[in-house]
Amino acid sequence: MARTTKNSAARGAVTGFLTKWASIIALIAIFGFFALKMPQLFLTSSNMITILRSISVTTIIAIGLTVTLAVGGFDLSSGSMATMSGALVISFFVWYQMNMWLAIPLAITATMALTLITMFLIVKCKIPDLLATLAMMFMLDGLSLTYSGGGAVSEGMPRFDGTPTIGKIPRMFKDMGQAPAIIIIMIVIVIIIHIFLTYTKYGRYIYAVGGNKEAARLSGIPVNRYRIFAGMLSAVFIGLGGVLVASRNMSAQIQGAAGYAMPAISAVFIGRSVAGADKPNAFGTFIGASLVGILENGLIMMSVPYYSLNAVKGVVLAIALASTYYSSKSEG
Amino acid sequence: MSENMCTLEMKDISIEFPGVKALNNVNFTMRSGEIRAVVGANGAGKSTLMKVLAGANETYTGDIFIDSQHYELRTPRAAKDLGIELVYQEVDTALFPYLTVGENIMFNSIVTGMKGRAMIRWRKINKSARDILRQLNMDIDVTRKMSSLTLAQKQMVLIARAVREQCRFLILDEPTAPLSLGEVAELFRIVKELASKKNVGIIFISHRLPELFQICQSLTVMKDGQVVANRTVDSSLTVQDIVNLMLGRSFEENFPKIPAPIGDVVIEAEHLMDGEGKVRDVSFSIRSGEIVGVCGLVGAGKTELCKLLFGANRMGAGTVRYKGKPISVHSPTSAVRQKIALVPEERRKEGVLVSEPVYFNLSAACLGKFANRFSFIVRSLEIANAKKLVGDLGIKTPSVYQRVKYLSGGNQQKVAVGKWLTSDSDIYMLDEPTKGVDVGAKRDIFQLIQSLAKQGKAVLYASSEINEILAITDRLYVMYNGEFVTELETHKTTEEEILYYATGGRK
Repeated sequence: MARTTKNSAARGAVTGFLTKWASIIALIAIFGFFALKMPQLFLTSSNMITILRSISVTTIIAIGLTVTLAVGGFDLSSGSMATMSGALVISFFVWYQMNMWLAIPLAITATMALTLITMFLIVKCKIPDLLATLAMMFMLDGLSLTYSGGGAVSEGMPRFDGTPTIGKIPRMFKDMGQAPAIIIIMIVIVIIIHIFLTYTKYGRYIYAVGGNKEAARLSGIPVNRYRIFAGMLSAVFIGLGGVLVASRNMSAQIQGAAGYAMPAISAVFIGRSVAGADKPNAFGTFIGASLVGILENGLIMMSVPYYSLNAVKGVVLAIALASTYYSSKSEG
Repeated sequence: MSENMCTLEMKDISIEFPGVKALNNVNFTMRSGEIRAVVGANGAGKSTLMKVLAGANETYTGDIFIDSQHYELRTPRAAKDLGIELVYQEVDTALFPYLTVGENIMFNSIVTGMKGRAMIRWRKINKSARDILRQLNMDIDVTRKMSSLTLAQKQMVLIARAVREQCRFLILDEPTAPLSLGEVAELFRIVKELASKKNVGIIFISHRLPELFQICQSLTVMKDGQVVANRTVDSSLTVQDIVNLMLGRSFEENFPKIPAPIGDVVIEAEHLMDGEGKVRDVSFSIRSGEIVGVCGLVGAGKTELCKLLFGANRMGAGTVRYKGKPISVHSPTSAVRQKIALVPEERRKEGVLVSEPVYFNLSAACLGKFANRFSFIVRSLEIANAKKLVGDLGIKTPSVYQRVKYLSGGNQQKVAVGKWLTSDSDIYMLDEPTKGVDVGAKRDIFQLIQSLAKQGKAVLYASSEINEILAITDRLYVMYNGEFVTELETHKTTEEEILYYATGGRK
């Protein structure tokens, strides 16, 4: 009896260490593999910046999802939501000649307003998050296409009724999506949300609600208010993510940000266990996004065709989910 | 097979859970065609014994014989094959809401009797199901969806399914608790017919003692995991006799109650109702320094009453006054603001955040106290408070950073109480605070409650453990079926009197 306890305790310590650091070990292993395999190509400072730049949008959207998942929710619609935000911001420039300081906040506000519909479906109509955001995803895809007239929006393109457009996309807007700026934006956001979730009252309440809604409610925490609040906060980052995608493309493409939804979800789940946090957290999400980004970068360099990458990313998501649910079950 | 007379014998059945002997050398005998009641206080081991019989508790030691032949009942399948069926109190767990009544009754033959056929023969299934219902005189349309049935009808479907399975022994676990009087009469009629016409042995578990006299021929009383008496139910047996057999002497008797000075009325409630009939026209008051018990059996409405006062359930009607002023408690958030605290019954589900550390839980109810004006949490304050509470309450934990799920039940409960101590509430409601807690922790919790009273708080102590109510309260209300049936002074009453009212006795 005593012996089995001891053995299982030792085994527990080992698996405990592994679950705590598995994501980071995997990150280093993947990095090391590519560095050894292609030192000239992969291990250059310009490629490091490319990686950081390419993970920026994923990380920012994933930070939004981190907040959603921390409060116990889920979001499938982040890609479609970001696409909408991108379409809006470009149309504000091209169709309405707005300046940046108006266009970007307006696009983000619109994203928050749309997220309010999501929250209405989840909190008031009591639809499970997964299904409500599935419906929203469907709705938003149609909505953003309708808004843009069924096509992309870019500079100099006439509107769908034939009116010519004279609006320009500002130079500074382009810079926003380029190397130093976008990386700085990402890092600042990761730090702010890390501090917010870890050190403030609101972050604490969000985790309490995410951990157990009923216990949180019976502790006097206004559960639904925090769920909506978390949704709004998440919308800010998803909206910003969409704006940055538009900035990188200098146009609003059909389904322009759709491809970010799944990697962002993967990032949150990979990061969940980092350093033993055992819950969605900003730093872990950054690690998760880096892991996905490095994998993508390295595989492209090894001439894996881009259309096969989703298969790899899907496997990564499956592994991250398996580690989350397997460990939580065995503790149960 | 079911026509033959047969006897069931359980010999020296024991079950040990970590630290507790749930069953201690229990002997239980009955024959088919008999209706036997099994009674006992909460935790006496009734359900555990029945689970053994139904094959749902594989870890038992001892022997089970049917007609002197030895059987191992280690799986539910083994029990079913012998014709032993258990109808659980939660009927929904055993039914399929999307299927029809007929399919539910015939479910086993649909699963196992298909023999390579792919199509369901609706006409045949419905006919067989209808035949069974007719034999039992049950009036339910077999083509209805299960989900549209009332609770009483669902029970009948389960009984019908059991009968269809060539049942020889049928265990009914508190079947009457959720039923109305008319539905109870109908259930009794069916049970009696099953016993007399189909020769089924019925084991009937109930907390409502008076009704046992209408239906049972014999009675087994359990207490602390043992059988203390087997009786024939006849005119010489009274409810009082059964109550005396069920009760025992224990730790609570020796707990030194120190009365606190009693002040003005802190909280007063008049004609409280919830929308669902679980709380019906309840009025009471609690003074400062007073510990008031609400005693009733499981399902009497204590939990619903606490949640109602805490704003967690919707108030149907009634007024609540705090120090004379009417207040409206429409959500737990507003309850906390109005200095009401609740330690809920379901500790792990509602009382604590199990995957969060101790300090996180201890500050969850009043985090504002540890935040600066920019809403940043001042970690040093929070940790200092947590350490103080851990010391004061004697919470056994390696550190305040330990996750609550790794603590024992008693220590989890101390955390659930402790989180309200910093909030400076005036009214503390505790719903079954000693459930699943060992004696040492129970004493600590009792002392904690006394110290709350000494500080002038008003305490409401809801429990089905009469011993505890007698040990800790100043005054008590007995709750039965959603109503307060009587108010008693603790030092002037007895266990017998409380149990009399709690089991449906009237003045």
